[in-house]
Order: sequence, then structure tokens, then C-alpha cells
Amino acid sequence: MTTDDNATLTPADRPYWMGVLARAPAAALETAWAGVAPGPAWHLLRAPECGLVMVQGRAGGNGQPFNLGEMTATRCSVQLADGTVGHGYVAGRDRRKAELAALFDALLQGPAGPGLMASLIAPLAAQAAAARTETSRAAAATRVDFLGLVRSR
Amino acid sequence: MYVALKGGEQAIDNAHAWLAEERRGDPSVPALSATQIAGQLGLAVDRVMAEGALHDRELAALAIRQARGDLIEAIFLVRAYRTTLPRFGTAQPVDTAAMALQRRVSATFKDIPGGQILGPTFDYTHRLLDFAAAADPSPAPRAAEPLPAAMPRVLDLMGAEGLIETPPAAAGDAVADLTREPLDFPAGRDLRLQALARGDEGFLLALGYSTQRGYGSTHPFAGEIRIGTVAVEFVPPELGFAVALGDIDLTECEMVNQFKGSAMAPPQFTRGYGLVFGHGERKAMAMALVDRALRAAELGETVKGPAQDVEFVLSHCDNVQATGFVEHLKLPHYVDFQSELELVRRLRRAAAATLAAEREAAE
Repeated sequence: MTTDDNATLTPADRPYWMGVLARAPAAALETAWAGVAPGPAWHLLRAPECGLVMVQGRAGGNGQPFNLGEMTATRCSVQLADGTVGHGYVAGRDRRKAELAALFDALLQGPAGPGLMASLIAPLAAQAAAARTETSRAAAATRVDFLGLVRSR
Repeated sequence: MYVALKGGEQAIDNAHAWLAEERRGDPSVPALSATQIAGQLGLAVDRVMAEGALHDRELAALAIRQARGDLIEAIFLVRAYRTTLPRFGTAQPVDTAAMALQRRVSATFKDIPGGQILGPTFDYTHRLLDFAAAADPSPAPRAAEPLPAAMPRVLDLMGAEGLIETPPAAAGDAVADLTREPLDFPAGRDLRLQALARGDEGFLLALGYSTQRGYGSTHPFAGEIRIGTVAVEFVPPELGFAVALGDIDLTECEMVNQFKGSAMAPPQFTRGYGLVFGHGERKAMAMALVDRALRAAELGETVKGPAQDVEFVLSHCDNVQATGFVEHLKLPHYVDFQSELELVRRLRRAAAATLAAEREAAE
């Protein structure tokens, strides 16, 4: 990751924050948007649109690709007054969430980026990681301990 | 005789009004919400997503409610809905080795890195009806530590020894897509796996079972079953880099099958593969059995069971197609039947006349 301007995040960070925004609860993005003051001037380049993305698997997990089935997804593109374009691509059919994801994607590319990274993206990523860890701990509790059986004989 | 059929509009309207009333059930009982179905009938939702070939929990739950719990009808609704949406493109193939696991078991190796993880399974339950199940359960135990970040696929470990075939790499060709091109033969493995992934669970279960009972036996072992969450990454053309759209639940099954070897390949184990949306272990296992059976010709085995017959399996595994053709029989066939009736009458008259003529000749 390289940066020639300490005031902004680098393009390399963009897939990361877009992924975090896509996985975030819509309500969390709505709350965060309400907290953006003053709200920037922006307009829609592409209104929120629901569609499909084909999901692929691979034979044997790592062989020939095949089409598994589609998933719903929603996309939206916005432009800020300074010309910055933001894109939102999120699973599901929540148009408002795609719009908010696009708005934050635009803001994150500008001078507000580092601040938003700390105040929005980092906590959202931490929440997602915590949920993942919680599920993983439940799974780990169902691990079969064969050694215990052998010792008890 | 051509009979113009009109009418019945009022009867149809009234039938649908009654259907809506039946769907709702006793109005003194609270109505089911789609959220309740998505949360509490999760495996029904998963089946509708898998066979509807559309991953969207809310839509599947809505479809199940509208279909009064008739899952094939719900799958039909979902398939119809998807035709109304544009396709943005194709995601990158999911990486199941990086799956955030809820369950992972192997019937071939006891000691696998990361261990045998049972997950939320029906296995080892006593199948006794639990009349107290309405009560909220206490939270399931949590281990102090999560699972290791990396849990390699079991068969990848075996592949290192050369005892098992490595899946042929991508052919480089375009991936076949049943939703764009009608089914055609010969069908490559990509097309077969797509058809099986959206195929009817009951049909594939019976076919998989038939291979175990000797109709194209493949001596299978469940090499690995894993259930969990994977990221779906998509490259929007306007961005040119991959972004995660979100995470989806998948069930993957790899069957390991004995193979005596051929002129082309040494004796080794071969593989059958199953992958489905959601939690669908029975379906994934059946799919893996049938996938392997369908490779008979490729591996130089004699095709002697229905499960090994590509055309038979792929032409009949789709339950929306099957139900369409079977159920169309109940629609008015008055004219067709009238002509058959005329034909049978004529044949009977001819047969009677022939018989009479023969008797006359014999006398």
C-alpha cells in the first residue's frame, strides 16, 4: 500500500471498506449517515437497482468452475459536488443500503476518509469479526475429542 | 370437433379467494411473518434457495408462506421472480477452503487438522418428538477459543500423496449456464454440477441411494462435509477490482470413491462433488454421489444404472420442469381426449369387424 497524501486513504483500502459497508446492517449505515454533518452535496449517477449476480463454485472445491445459482444484489452510484464518484454493491434487495454504501464509498475517498475509517469502518468491521468469532466458538464447542475417549479406557 | 372454451372466470376468482383464506388459516391464530419463517424454518428456506437457484432468504421465506409450505410451489415462485431481475454479472468462484465453518466432519479420517466439528446437527438426536420444544432453549455452550483460521479441505491433504485424483483444472472455456442456454448433450461437468445443484433433493437422494444399492456402485465414503459461510466477491466493470457483496451459507460434500484404475490412470481414489446454498447436507451428499456416478463414461466404467445416465438424470432432476409437465395433465385436454376416444371407438369397430370376418371364414 502506497500513499502520497497522508490526508486520504489509498485506493488499495477501497475493496476493504466496500466489503465492510456491504456486510453492515442497513440501520447502522443510516445512523452513521445522520451523523455526517454537514451532509455533502451529492446526486445520483445511477439510481439504486436490484439485480442478480451468478455465484460460482469449483468442482472438488478447486477445479473446474460451475454456476451454482444466483444471488440478489443491489447497486447504486453517486457523485459528490467535488466530482468524486462512489459505488455501492451490496447483497440483497435493500435499495437504501446500496445508496448509503455508495455515499460512504465516495466520502471515504476524500479528506473525510481517515476519520470515517476510524469512526465507521473500524467499528463495523469489529462487530462483524465479533459475530464471526462467536459462531466459531459455538462450532469449536462441538469439536469431537477422540483423545479423551481413548484415555478414559 | 373444436370446442371454444371460455368461462370459469368467476370460479377461478372464487377458488383463489378460498386459497387465500386457507393460506391464512384460523384468523384467531396470529399470522406467520416471513421473518419467522426465515428464522425458524431455516432449512425449508435453504431448500427453496438451493432449488430455486436464487440466494435470498427473505424472498424464499415469502415464497414459502405464499405457497402454504409447498416447497416445490415456493421454488417455482422464486424461479419466476428471478426472471424479472437483470444480471449484473458473475462473481468469482467461491473459496470453500476459506469457509468460516459451522460444521466439518470426515468419515475417512478421524484425526484431521482442526478436528471433527459437529455443528448444529440432527445426528445423534433420538428422533423423539419433543413436546416441550416450544420453550426457548438455553444458549449453546461456547468454547474459549474459536476454530483455527485455516481449516484445509481434507481431500487436499490426501492429494499430496497422489492417492486421490486432483480435480482437472479449469478448461478455460466459458462456463455453461442452464439459465441462458437450454440443456444440451453431451453435458460437461460444469453443466452437470449446475443442474444437480438446483435439482430436486428427493430425486437426487433416490438416485444416490440407488448407486449404494448396486445400480452403478461407486463405493463411496464421505471424505468431508463442511457447512459454513463464504464471501461472494464480484468485480464490477466500472471498478475493475473485486468487492465483497456479502457472505452466504453453503454446504459442501466431497465423496471419495474407489477406482481400480485404467489404461489412463493408476489405481487411486476418485471424487464426487456436492455444493448447495444454505444448510443442505442430505442434498449435498446425494449430489456428490450422483456427480461421481455421472462420471462413469469419463472414467471408463460401464454405464448400467440410471444414476450413471447423464441424459436421464439431467433431463429429470429439475422439479419445476417435472411438476410443470406432470401437472399440466390436469388442465383441460377435452379435445385431445375426444380424438383419442374417436380413435379407440374406430379401432374397436375395426377389430370387431375383423373378428366377425374371421369367424365367417372359419364356418
